[in-house]
Formats: sequence, structure tokens, C-alpha cells
Amino acid sequence: MIDVTNLSKRYGDKVAVDDLTFQVKPGVVTGFLGPNGAGKSTTMRMVLGLDTPTSGSVTVGGRRYADHPAPLREVGALLEAKAVHTGRTARDHLLAMAATHGIGRRRVDEVIDLVGLREVAGKRAGGFSLGMGQRLGIAAALLGDPKVVMLDEPVNGLDPDGIRWIRDLLKGLAAEGRTVFVSSHLMSEMAQTAEHLIVVGKGRLIADVSVAEFVARAAHDTVRVRSPQATRLRDLLVGPDVTVTGGEPGLLEVTGLTREQIGDRAATAGLTLHELSTQQTSLEEAFMTLTRDAVEYTAEPTAAGRTAR
Amino acid sequence: MSTDTLRRPTATVPADAKVTFARVVRAEWIKFRSLRSSVIMVIATVVLLAGLGLAFSAVLADNPPEAGTPAPPGGPSSLDPLGASLGGVNLAQLLIGTLGVLLVAGEYATGMIRSSLAAVPRRWPVLVGKIVVLAGVSLAVLVPTALLTFLGAQGVLGDEGISLGDDGVLRAVLGAAFYLAGVGVLGMAVGALLRNTAGAITTVVALLLVVPGVVSLLPERVSDAVSPYLPSNAGEAFMSISSNPDLLSPGAGLAVFVGWLVAVVGAAVVRLKRRDA
Repeated sequence: MIDVTNLSKRYGDKVAVDDLTFQVKPGVVTGFLGPNGAGKSTTMRMVLGLDTPTSGSVTVGGRRYADHPAPLREVGALLEAKAVHTGRTARDHLLAMAATHGIGRRRVDEVIDLVGLREVAGKRAGGFSLGMGQRLGIAAALLGDPKVVMLDEPVNGLDPDGIRWIRDLLKGLAAEGRTVFVSSHLMSEMAQTAEHLIVVGKGRLIADVSVAEFVARAAHDTVRVRSPQATRLRDLLVGPDVTVTGGEPGLLEVTGLTREQIGDRAATAGLTLHELSTQQTSLEEAFMTLTRDAVEYTAEPTAAGRTAR
Repeated sequence: MSTDTLRRPTATVPADAKVTFARVVRAEWIKFRSLRSSVIMVIATVVLLAGLGLAFSAVLADNPPEAGTPAPPGGPSSLDPLGASLGGVNLAQLLIGTLGVLLVAGEYATGMIRSSLAAVPRRWPVLVGKIVVLAGVSLAVLVPTALLTFLGAQGVLGDEGISLGDDGVLRAVLGAAFYLAGVGVLGMAVGALLRNTAGAITTVVALLLVVPGVVSLLPERVSDAVSPYLPSNAGEAFMSISSNPDLLSPGAGLAVFVGWLVAVVGAAVVRLKRRDA
């Protein structure tokens, strides 16, 4: 369980995280979604106490991360860049990390096998590809058999096999009752892995919803209707929650009504339809629509501030 | 397959797994010995200390100085039997100081520091653990090196040589090993303060070699007041047996040198605790 309360972080004038409050619950994979620069990595660093919040607080399992006697048993984390000395072998890196908690070689070998690095465990990490570096970071995260697993952009640099492996791993960890918190800037990736979403933009919370709800809320499906009597049909369809746009003569794009509703109304009025199809908004588009709104929302006070000055 | 391994984890993660200072020291020892650069630097320090000590002694044996020749500033004088045998200290300190910097600033350069501090979020044990390891390794290696170099050098000097039992000689030889270990610690603390390898190495070199020279150019009143308290001159006070009026007494020199270490390490710990990693 991760509890973030009114968390803010400022670097000079720049606000990286702005009054974030959310909870990450055990048992499900929670996606931490936002465009690059939304404050995801900063938030994760604050969870680990690597960065100190400007205000607000974050606790893991009810305590500040630094107050846990065995931090690696509490949170296993993969942070964005490779946090490994390039001159050290993968095994030595893990042995050193494990030694801080009195965890022995057997567990180190176990996590090496788990992430599939056995053949290169004796090689220096500086020569690792991005994907191998990610696997090493995940091995380090799992060393302490942690209650919370927190990964920053874990699929970066992984091949399709690796991506599937991560997905299964994360779901497996959540199924064991662990708290799994994974950041990404790719909505499509999160939709396949996460059950719950924390969406941020410009450091602010945009949504704290289940993936199903997010998709339903964000995706306004459009129905494409082609009819020789488009103008008459339009009058039949427009209403308070319905938008109708027309790109070319005889074509209507309708949101707010289902295909069935449109077809029924046309039939009742005796209008001919040549096409009636649902255009699904992709998750990526839905996500971009949401975060774009957030950007516009934050732009307002800035503009006001400029005029005041 | 993957989740199976995770389902029986308690077998390999001990129930008493938690951070203790002794464990952090052990982790830092693993980090130290698993970097090629640290092993190479320690060996180079040993070779330089022994090689130059013997070489200076050989030169001294062939060209005994005329009585009354003044000692050069900054570091053991190579013009007396003790100073010649410890003649490698001046260069060896640059190697071990650089090693100290690398062991800390290298973690910032590679991003390793985030892993280190995530595992030990109280932070200070990481730096103090590094210091314990480097100081321990340095003393374990350099005390025998200094003693053997001294004995070898006196063999080279023959009749001109002095004995380890002579007044203050053992203190000076052990002092040289202690001084070098201290410079390594200084490098670590400066590395932690600056978080930048090049800047930290430059700072250590400047503090040990450049600043004494610059201070000696200041008006005599100022230079006399400041000079003995610089770390290299404070070290010289307990690494030499000549009663140089420009230096502190050996005891005072040791106190001042240790004072420098405590101050710089203290500042490094405070900065490590306060600043974002």
C-alpha cells in the first residue's frame, strides 16, 4: 500500500509534482500514466525518499520508506535510468545490494534466474543493452521479496518477448497480493497490464479510476453515418448530449448516440442509410484527449500570472 | 515459471533480513573489491610508495647532502634517511585520494547511488561504510608496505640508515600509512560533497599540493599562522622526526589532520542527508 498525500515537489520555479493525493492498493496492478515530464519519476523517487517533498507526504505500508528497518523487503523499485555501476558485474551488483539486508547468494542466484540473466551475470553491467539493464533492475527490485513493487517505465528497451514477460510477472506479483505500481507513458501498454490507473499531467492528478472506467469515460465512440438525406437525418439526431459533425456531403460523424439508436431513428423516419459504423477512439487518443485538457487547464493561471506581472 | 520462483521466496530471503551497519560495511566491501579500478589503484599506491621510497634512499645513499641543506616544503624531505624512505608519500597520496573520490563520485556518475540509497535510506551508513572499508583496506595494505619500505630503505642506506627503534621513527612510519589512509577518506568526503569526479580530484590535489604553495607566497605573518594547519603540513608533522619549527608537534599535527577529516566527512554526511539524490 502506497499513500500519497498532498504531495508537491518544486525545483526552483518549476513545479514537478503539484498536490498529488492517491493510494496504490495491494492485489492489483496500478498503472501510473502520464506524458513525459508529468512528474511520474519524481513521485516515485519521493516514495523511496531519494527526493524530499517540498510539501505533503508519502508513506509505504503506513510508514515513511526510510523508517522501515528492511526497506528492500518493503519496496522493490526500478528507477528510470540504469542505477548500476557500469564497472561491476550484474551478480556483484546484486550481491552488494543484498548484503545490506543480510540476504545471501541463493536469493541473488534466484532473482538472476527469474529475470533470465544467468548467462551474463558475470559480465560487467556497462556492456548491457537497455533491455538487459532493465532486467537487472527488476532483479534488484525483487531481491527482498518486497510487498510493494514499483517500476518506472519497465518495458522501455524490451523486445516483444520481454514485454510479455513483464506483463505476466506484474500480474503474477499482484495476484500474490503485492502492491504493484508501474509507470508508463503508453496507454495501450497499461490497458493490457493494469487494472487501476493513476493518471497525471503536469504534476497534477487527472484521474484515479479503474482501467475499464477510464476507457468508458474517455472513449467517446463516434458513429459514421452516410445517407443521401444527411441534412434531414442530422435534424433528427441532434440533441443536448449529441454532437453531429459533417466532413463531406452526405457524411455525418455522430457522438452521443449508439449505432442502434441512429439506425432506429432513420428507419422510423424512412431515411436511407448507406453506411452505419462505429469508429472506436483508440485508448491512446483517449489518453491524449485527457492529458491535453489538463495542460490547457494549467495554462490558464500561468497566463493570468503573466498579465499581472 | 517466473511466478513459481516468487511463490516460495521465504526460503531464500531470511526472516531477519534488515539493514544493520555491519551489513552495510559488508556490502561496501563487496562493492570495493568488485571494481577493477579500486584494486588497480591500491596496487599502484603500494608500488609507488615502496618504489619511490627505495629509489630516493638509493639516491640519498649515493649523494649524501651537505649539512644544513633546508628541507623542501610540502611532504617528507627526501634528504634524511626517514624522509627518503617515505619519499613516495607525496605521489601515493594522489593515487589514494583519487581512489577515494572515484569510489563515491563514481556512484553519482553511474546512477548507482540511487540503488545504494534506496537500499539504505538512512544514507549516512553508506558513506561511513565506504570510509570504513577504504580506511581498513588502506591501513591493512599500507602499514606493512610502509614498514617494509622503511626497513628496505635503511638496508639500502647501510651505515647512513636509522633504526625503527630510534626516537619517533616508528610513529613517523606508521603515521605515513595513517596519513595516506586519511587522504583516501578525504577524497571520499570531497567526492560526496561535489558529486563530480573531475571536480573532486582537482579539489583534493589543490588542497594537498597547490594550497600549501600558494600559502607560502602570502606575507610571512599570514603564512606562518595558516601553513602548519593545512592537512598536508599537519600530516608532515607526524610523518617526520626532524624538529622543523614551521611544523606543529606530532601530536598536534595528528589532532589537526584528524580534525580536517572529521570536518569534511561531517559536511559530506550532512549534505548527503539533506540533498536529493
